[in-house]
Amino acid sequence: MKLLFQIFMIFFKLSPITFGGGYAMIPVIEREVVEKKHWLKQEEVTDLFALSGSIPGAIAINSAAFIGYRIAGVLGAIAATIGVMIPTFFIIVMLSIFYLFFSDHPKVEAAFEGIRPAVVALIVFAAYKMRKGAVVDKTTFAAAGCALVMLLVLRLHPVLVISAGAVSGIFLIGIQDRLGIETKIDDHEQQLDYFMGADI
Amino acid sequence: MIWLLFKTFFLTGLVSFGGGYAIIPVIEAEVVKNGWMTTQKFTDIVAIAGMSPGPIATNTAIFTGYQVSGLTGAAVSAFAMVLPSLLLVLIVAMFFYKFHHSRIVQSAFYGLRPVVIALIVFAAVKFALSNGMIGTFSMHTLSLVGIFAVSLYSLIKRNTHPAYVILMAGLVGMAFYS
Repeated sequence: MKLLFQIFMIFFKLSPITFGGGYAMIPVIEREVVEKKHWLKQEEVTDLFALSGSIPGAIAINSAAFIGYRIAGVLGAIAATIGVMIPTFFIIVMLSIFYLFFSDHPKVEAAFEGIRPAVVALIVFAAYKMRKGAVVDKTTFAAAGCALVMLLVLRLHPVLVISAGAVSGIFLIGIQDRLGIETKIDDHEQQLDYFMGADI
Repeated sequence: MIWLLFKTFFLTGLVSFGGGYAIIPVIEAEVVKNGWMTTQKFTDIVAIAGMSPGPIATNTAIFTGYQVSGLTGAAVSAFAMVLPSLLLVLIVAMFFYKFHHSRIVQSAFYGLRPVVIALIVFAAVKFALSNGMIGTFSMHTLSLVGIFAVSLYSLIKRNTHPAYVILMAGLVGMAFYS
């Protein structure tokens, strides 16, 4: 029980500082879990972060759950997840209340008028940062183009396009393997940091 | 309504590959389909979610839940969004520790990554359209495009922190649009 509480507290404390994405947590987690408590080894933490990127969901939450699980099993995973969620949950609820009260105020409306194009810039920036890890060859370039047409022109539901992406990846690598073409997945093991959760 | 929120965000959580901004169009499609918010209001929420600590997609879900049905809505949305992650982490941790080295997973991601880029670009285009940045031409449009350009420049070339960019844009908005 004491161990679970300690796990909870570590993630509870570090949750509010996870501005700018899950990867910002890595050094803090390493200090707490590896250097102070000696619960895990350095390599294990690095591995767990890489693994977190291969599962749907935010890096911050996935890695908390993984690390919690490695320290104290299923309950450890739950303790870490709750710990990482609670602070951000209450911060967001408070901001929601503020937003409901003030969104009609002319000054606030004006501020959001200016913020909206900046949000578009942030989104474009997210795509810009990921481009190297994602568009690695002609095939992936074409895939990105096709996906964009499916979304913008054909107006397919994003979930459908995501599923199509995963299936076509397996299919395309399968074909390239059959034909004996060397594929790009062989040499890009460690590009995750510009992909998954780069901005979450 | 609570059940609908749960279902929506559980499904969203399940497909949140790429996290962050890639998952925003998924949430937006659901939000508009269910008539919970306009795209413009949704952009405001994404802006606040991006300025706050914590994952953007989860923050957006909590925000949406709160707007739709108060504290219960927020709690249900947060829970629904995190549940698939937690379950999948447990399954992978128990059975497939070398999961991310498997060739089939890597192949899936080979196809998923370009889709994630497309989703993000799609989100940008949609938001630009709904906020009147594209399509019309006036001094107002021009000023919005100006804010966009300066923001993008400082993010890419000056490494400015995103929260700071949003803050500055807000001040500029307050000065010019009120």
